[in-house]
Amino acid sequence: MATDKTNLQLVVNGILNENPIFRLVLSMCPAVGISTTVMNGFMLGIAVLFVQVFSSCTISLFKNVIHPRIRIPTYTLTIATWVTVIDMVLAAYLPEAYARMGIFVKLIVAFAIITMRLEMFACKESVNASFWDGIGMGLGFMFGMMALGFVRELLGLGTVLGYDVLGFKPLLFFVLPFAGFFCVGLMMAFFNYVEIVYKRAKRA
Amino acid sequence: MHGMRRILLSLVLLLGLPVLAQAQELIAGKSFGKAPNEIVVTFAGPVDRAVVEDPANYRVYEEQDPDIKLALESVVLADDQKTATLTFAEPLNSRLPHVVTVSRVAESGVAATFTVMKPYLGYLLSILISALLINNFVFTKYLGLCVFFGTSKRKDTAKGMGLTFTLVMVVSAIMSWFFYQFILKPYDLNFLQIVIFIGLVSLTVQAVDTVLRKVNPALFNAFGVYLVLVIANCVIIAVPLILADNEYNFFESFMLALGAGGGFLLALYLMSSVRERMELANIPPTFKGVPIAFIVAGQFALAFLGFSGLTLF
Repeated sequence: MATDKTNLQLVVNGILNENPIFRLVLSMCPAVGISTTVMNGFMLGIAVLFVQVFSSCTISLFKNVIHPRIRIPTYTLTIATWVTVIDMVLAAYLPEAYARMGIFVKLIVAFAIITMRLEMFACKESVNASFWDGIGMGLGFMFGMMALGFVRELLGLGTVLGYDVLGFKPLLFFVLPFAGFFCVGLMMAFFNYVEIVYKRAKRA
Repeated sequence: MHGMRRILLSLVLLLGLPVLAQAQELIAGKSFGKAPNEIVVTFAGPVDRAVVEDPANYRVYEEQDPDIKLALESVVLADDQKTATLTFAEPLNSRLPHVVTVSRVAESGVAATFTVMKPYLGYLLSILISALLINNFVFTKYLGLCVFFGTSKRKDTAKGMGLTFTLVMVVSAIMSWFFYQFILKPYDLNFLQIVIFIGLVSLTVQAVDTVLRKVNPALFNAFGVYLVLVIANCVIIAVPLILADNEYNFFESFMLALGAGGGFLLALYLMSSVRERMELANIPPTFKGVPIAFIVAGQFALAFLGFSGLTLF
């Protein structure tokens, strides 16, 4: 079965319709744990994008030789290999950002979103489609993390990407670690609200 | 059951032995003081005040770093001429054993060397309590949230999931410890950590699945469905990574895994109790479902922050 979507549609699908964080509610751990600034979200987003794209391409490339009964272990080991690569690259070239993200880079190996995309998409589709689907999912994850980081950094510290925007700190509460739960909950409720208002306007 | 008790007993004896073996004639007792930068030493008999209160007569270091001498500020001998309180410039890390050498105190002039450490069982328990409450994996480390929100709708599910998790976690942590200590470290294969650990976790899940199916089909019917969910979860893989990072020994690794699993069970149970009640509550439509669950989890996280200053042992 081949997908009938164009490359652009695949990317947009990952960012909007099937956004990993706000729509599929997967990979919540980093969304709560380290989304305190835009930069953190961006860095982890890059790492996830890398792992997602390369794992998708690898599985898509070998899909005909993987026996269905061992497909889940194969996915896991493929992801683990690419996570090891990005883990070592980040530790070598960006030690500061790596230290801030802590254990979460290694934990990409257990992110449900990547395994799910391999199972739902890459094992059936062509390498080209899988590549663009991986890009879409990675960008969608990055977008979600950066949106969360933007809200928390702006409200908590009054800054965006480290630059002082507001000049004061409206709600310091939001940069504290546990506020991630509140922030994700409130943003989901906000998106639900927008959806309800949109539907009501359409009906009227 | 009887054999189990014997194993436990010998375990307790084994852990208690190092404390017994350090008995000294000159030193009657030693422990960490009330303040974080104190060590209290009790001598067997009255000692010379001038010698004991001179910090130059002491040499103190952490057992693993013999080259780093800790700066001693002052020594005060109590009025009974037996109890000396050593005050250091910096707070001590009371988790590590400290070696103290006192010279010129004994009449023979021989220096007395002894180790100050917390009771080992207490230290093990503190690892357990820490993983269970203070550093709860869900509420203060933010791990395993997908499964946490997915399976905390009903109490029965939460209990089953928590128990399955604890079991898999303990077994996989023990296996990972053996692999890390005896294969990865000696052969310098640390970069393979992620691949090996995730492989071991999948293997454990598969093994538990097979064994449970044969040995206890009733239990398998109740818990089998959760086993698949266990693989794609960060709590499970975080435990081996943490114990490798901290160089924990076997018992410490076991306690960490038990605490992490128990903490996950506790978090799931608390959350499911609240969510069962929330079904009856009148929640605004925009917050129904996942958003309100996140808000509740945030409040739990706030509450667990209260454990952060807890020290029991």
